[in-house]
Amino acid sequence: MSKTFTLTIDNTAVKAEPGWTILQAADAAGVYIPRLCGHKDLVPHGSCRVCTVLVNGRPQSACTTPATPGMVVDTATDELKEHRKRLIEMLFVEGNHFCMFCERSGGCELQALGYRFGMLSPRYPYQFPVREVDASHPDVMVDRNRCILCGRCVRASRDLDGRSAFQFVGRGPEKRIAFNAADGLGGTDIEAADRAVEVCPVGAILRKREGYRVPIGQRPYDRDPIGSDIEAKAAAAAGAGEED
Amino acid sequence: MSETDAAIAEICERFGNDRTRLMDIVAAVQADRGGVDGSALDAIASAVGVPRVEVESLVTFYAFFSDRPKGGIVIRLCDDIIDEMFGAGKVERAFREALEIGIGETTPDGRITLERAPCIGLCDQAPAALINDVPVTYLSGDRAREMVAELKQHGDPRKLVHRLGDGNNAHPRVRSMVHNGIRKRGAVIFAEMERGAALRRALAMSPVEVIRDIKTSRLRGRGGAGFPTGMKWDFTRAAEADRKFVFCNADEGEPGTFKDRVILTECPDLLFEGMTIAGYAIGATEGIVYLRGEYAYLREFLEEVLEQRRKDGLLGKSLPGRPEAAFDIRIQMGAGAYICGEETALISSCEGLRGDPKNRPPFPAQRGYLGFPTCVNNVETLCCAARILEKGPGWFAELGSKGSPGTKLLSVSGDCSIPGVYEVPFGIRLDALLEMVGAPNAAAVQVGGPSGRLVGPDEFKRMICYDHLATGGSVMVFGPQRDLLHVVERFMDFFVEESCGYCTPCRVGNVLLRQKVADFRAGRGAASDFAWIEELGDTMKTASRCGLGQTSANPVLSSLQAFRDLYESRLGPDRGDAFLPAFDIRGALAESERLAGRASVVYTGGEGEG
Repeated sequence: MSKTFTLTIDNTAVKAEPGWTILQAADAAGVYIPRLCGHKDLVPHGSCRVCTVLVNGRPQSACTTPATPGMVVDTATDELKEHRKRLIEMLFVEGNHFCMFCERSGGCELQALGYRFGMLSPRYPYQFPVREVDASHPDVMVDRNRCILCGRCVRASRDLDGRSAFQFVGRGPEKRIAFNAADGLGGTDIEAADRAVEVCPVGAILRKREGYRVPIGQRPYDRDPIGSDIEAKAAAAAGAGEED
Repeated sequence: MSETDAAIAEICERFGNDRTRLMDIVAAVQADRGGVDGSALDAIASAVGVPRVEVESLVTFYAFFSDRPKGGIVIRLCDDIIDEMFGAGKVERAFREALEIGIGETTPDGRITLERAPCIGLCDQAPAALINDVPVTYLSGDRAREMVAELKQHGDPRKLVHRLGDGNNAHPRVRSMVHNGIRKRGAVIFAEMERGAALRRALAMSPVEVIRDIKTSRLRGRGGAGFPTGMKWDFTRAAEADRKFVFCNADEGEPGTFKDRVILTECPDLLFEGMTIAGYAIGATEGIVYLRGEYAYLREFLEEVLEQRRKDGLLGKSLPGRPEAAFDIRIQMGAGAYICGEETALISSCEGLRGDPKNRPPFPAQRGYLGFPTCVNNVETLCCAARILEKGPGWFAELGSKGSPGTKLLSVSGDCSIPGVYEVPFGIRLDALLEMVGAPNAAAVQVGGPSGRLVGPDEFKRMICYDHLATGGSVMVFGPQRDLLHVVERFMDFFVEESCGYCTPCRVGNVLLRQKVADFRAGRGAASDFAWIEELGDTMKTASRCGLGQTSANPVLSSLQAFRDLYESRLGPDRGDAFLPAFDIRGALAESERLAGRASVVYTGGEGEG
């Protein structure tokens, strides 16, 4: 194994391996940095900006920035938390997110971050965009109303499923997810078991005929706030430390 | 294979079926067929071996490409604020009436399409438009009607040019009505040049010595960010790789900027010499000029200058006195995307991708174009570098002000009597500049384009330089008759249009800020909005992924700072009930009322039954 090194995250020295990003180093150390476009099995994207941290005092996305020896990272200053909350609110008003009748409620990372940040209602005006739903595929549907343009499906389909079923088209506020076929999702070779379907952080890509298989109240973020799994590592490590 | 598929396959073949040349392939298909429709997407995708949706992704990113067919003639009316001030609205109306179509539409015979375009680099001869590649300037309603009549008759935009501009605008390879508008010549860019002199001096030195001279001159990037050029060259030189690249960023798109157009027209040799010197210094043998699509009319001319330099031994397989050093340059056309002026987006575009900026690190000097170390410099910066090698770093460092050596080209437009390009020493005071350009009554000046700052008279004594009023070259003057909030709103329109949409704060934040300015203009501002704007602007600055989003809140933030009274005068009635005046209840109810077929009982005081 290559040489581990040390950097400072939130005033604590943590170990990292060459090639790790700041996000990976923080995850390993039990420091949860909120993220939406980032996913452990995917190449970093750096688009949601929720994982913005201060690296030696300068803002950088933790998911794309390599950890380096001696680096000083702050992940949770009051200002950073406020920026994150605003970014989450921006994503909420940009699309049409109606949690109360969304199949992903309780398993949705956007909603879970809203709860984690104590968002009561967004401070920005709802944009109520008109967006298209694609239900042309027999087993998978895409509801662009809930899409946050994180690009997880694009990367998963290309890099994990070997299909490239998804890609972005348009630019700016007109940017949207599109499919590798002239006639919609049904024209692609995507399958319900694809990782691209599973990695969607919100309710934009759903398997058909699976609605409410897990009852509301028993879904991942109904039980524990998002990030608890990562923070549990730090708690466990601290507990182990006390026993020593 | 159908005939059209064969034609597309042939175009792809011409570019080696190379995925990284997708910009050129799509541009050629677009020119050939007026659009890149579904079948063309399939044909291109199969020829270059990429998923169809990748091609669609690129086509839908660039304003000059289209997935729906356009006419053989596309009229793009410049719709920046300066053109609007000089009557672009009347011109647009005349075009619409003469063509009997609206914006974004094509005539029923399929021949002519009418569109708007953000700044096309002709603010000093506004209103202006591009008709295919042909720039047309000083438009009026009458001229628009004449042009439509001419186009209907002969169908050739080039024949609309009846009088040629000055200098190389009249060159047989250009033949444009554009004029240079050089109002002041300085010692660096617009001075006489002896072709090859700077290059020979550079080649007599070692690459390390060349970089040392650039460092000694303290040259900083002219595009706006002001990064020290010598350091950039040094980083790229230090990176280990088999191939390295020198890129020239000729994608000036900041509204109000047009100085690179004049350099490209009048000083291409100085530019190419600067690129060649950079190549020698960093150990690169390949250069690419990324030329904005709006300047396509200069392409043939620039190709001819390059060819002449090859013939004269100043470019190619060996360089003067250095048979081991090779350097050549190709031109890559852009296709209507301001974001591609951002250096990593520019690289993406050259690689045949959407113009999305890349994550940094790695920086282009480490891993840029196709993963190779790449040095991206602005047109003007490369010209300065050539002049520094010709005249010496000490000479250059003596010009300008202490922290900002050299001269700066300023593109001046708006409410002034002598718009055009001025080469002035850094450190010139804004009020001195305003006197020079004939703007004694300026009420406000946008320095550095929309991403720069809007300053009022109390700041006119400040200097133009990196440490005070920084600018990539755009200076827009606004007289007392202008509605500055409208100006700000138009700048936000620009950023909404030109954001690539990759990251959240820029994609969403610009839309929200534009809405807020519109609220104020409609007299629906709230006192609490001031903090709201500053906080949102702060998040955009902090969290955006590239320079566009990090600066696009500036029109609102800087105008709020300099002209707060303008905003305060548009506050809505304070009802003291904590409700936001920005919320227009009647507007929000309009659709429901329409569907219900009656007015709201509550909001019409019970009189709405109908």
